[in-house]
Amino acid sequence: MSVTRDEVAKIASLARIRMGDDALDNMVPELNNILDWVEQLGEVDVTGVEPMTAVIPNTLRLRDDQVDAIPETAGGRREDVLANAPAAEHGFFGVPKVIE
Amino acid sequence: MTDLTELGVKALREGIAKGDFTAREAAEAFNAAVEKASALNAFIVTTPDHALAAADAVDAKRVKGEDLGTMGGVPIGMKDLFCTDGVQTTAASHILEGFVPRYESTVSQKLWEAGAGMLGKLNLDQFAMGSSNETSYFGNVSSPWKKAGSNAAMSPGGSSGGSSAAVAARIAPAATGTDTGGSIRQPAAFTGITGIKPTYGRCSRWGVVAFASSLDQAGPMARSVEDCAIMLEAMAGFDPKDATSLQMDVPNWEAALDADLKGKRIGIPREYRMDGTDAEILSSWEQGKEWLRDAGAEIVDISLPHTKYALPAYYIIAPAEASSNLARYDGVRYGLRDLPDGAGLQDMYAATRADGFGDEVKRRILIGTYVLSAGFYDAYYTQAQKVRALVARDFENAWSQCDVILAPTTPTASFPLGSLNDDPLTMYLNDVFAVPASLAGLPAMSVPGGLNSDGLPLGLQIVGKPFDEQGVLNAGLAIEQRAGFTAKPEAWWC
Repeated sequence: MSVTRDEVAKIASLARIRMGDDALDNMVPELNNILDWVEQLGEVDVTGVEPMTAVIPNTLRLRDDQVDAIPETAGGRREDVLANAPAAEHGFFGVPKVIE
Repeated sequence: MTDLTELGVKALREGIAKGDFTAREAAEAFNAAVEKASALNAFIVTTPDHALAAADAVDAKRVKGEDLGTMGGVPIGMKDLFCTDGVQTTAASHILEGFVPRYESTVSQKLWEAGAGMLGKLNLDQFAMGSSNETSYFGNVSSPWKKAGSNAAMSPGGSSGGSSAAVAARIAPAATGTDTGGSIRQPAAFTGITGIKPTYGRCSRWGVVAFASSLDQAGPMARSVEDCAIMLEAMAGFDPKDATSLQMDVPNWEAALDADLKGKRIGIPREYRMDGTDAEILSSWEQGKEWLRDAGAEIVDISLPHTKYALPAYYIIAPAEASSNLARYDGVRYGLRDLPDGAGLQDMYAATRADGFGDEVKRRILIGTYVLSAGFYDAYYTQAQKVRALVARDFENAWSQCDVILAPTTPTASFPLGSLNDDPLTMYLNDVFAVPASLAGLPAMSVPGGLNSDGLPLGLQIVGKPFDEQGVLNAGLAIEQRAGFTAKPEAWWC
């Protein structure tokens, strides 16, 4: 399978990365080289093989049913959360207008 | 007094504990060495005050007769992928330039609790994507090594290239690294140092900037197997803040180090003898077998039939996970915001991400977005996950015949910066021997095996069973004792 310039533009838009004409022109052959190369995975007989989802057998734990059990991931840290925001306003994240 | 920067983790810890020198003297010596080595570009920011404060705390404890910790007074380099409270953390990207975390990663916190201090934040490939340390927004890192008879700047490997360069240049006794598909082992091999990636889940990923979450593991890089064992012990352990953290006790790896391999079987995977592998790499592999045999081990041939498919599977799985993880960089919550005049929210996202990510990062995000998109998901992503299961099964089958596996770490020695940039695929092939163990989540280590005819280091890789870091470290120690690797680069950067 290979991708066209329009398809790369579509992918870039899905990934929310603005790409100019030159950038698109360069990216198309690069992506196609990589896709051609990974194509060889199609040769592998995977009959009856389950896709791997966890590399080391591990069960998901439940944490204690307790509010703010872990201080670092608990609530009440608005200032810390907003400290690196490019445009924090009135205790919230500021964004440009969302509705036309 | 000997030059303190020549000392490793254990020697520093013991010298400080015995009172041969103070932790402050050690920190000052390394701070000075870091300052003089700016030509390597190994650090993105330096934090001499952090190192001094940690040292003073250790010296004060010693006066009071308190326990100094397993890393007591050892100043280390911290890969700039670990969030450090109050110290800029960038993942070597523009999009996180100026990001100052308000929390500390679990791994770095554990190191500080063990008595270590921080010399600075080490350069790396942007978001840990690269094998040569040429994708950093903050410039290439130069290896301290040069090819005999050439003055060309060489690659320190990647992505932990700042870590490998700093440890090899003796401006840090040890450093943290992270390994997603070889990013500890390949740079260790390129610079003649030692590095281990533990079993997936041993080290908490909390506070580590995420690249591919099912693969990312932190580990130590140092100049001896013993130093790696000490530092890994300090870094590892269960963390309730990481859902994939292993709920297991951390063994005392340092105390159980034993280079006697009697009764151990070393597997030699025949599929790693690939076309185009450098002849000197193959002879170093042969030498490695001899050393392990000399240590009492039995050498057995094994087969890992899906080896050739590991790398292409990795280049679907890792970008897929990256495209998802890196969706968080949106110009809203932290990091760069690029807001063109009159732009709405969607334009702001697209402009911010266009400006903030480097070319290799964009390439991987696009690949990942494509292989996860409707219509292609099964053909690419599901197929790769099935192949990953087969790669892991190959290793499981091999463990009935052997205890650890010996292979080269890389298919070539280091190369000049700029020499492999024309084609991303050529760069990816650097990790062909490293990626299978990553896909299977296995502990794996690189130790120096000697120098090639150009005077550049070569690494030998040991891969072990899940949770058997001890077996890996022991085989590494047996090689280290026999290789007698004492070569060091000439200090051209001072």
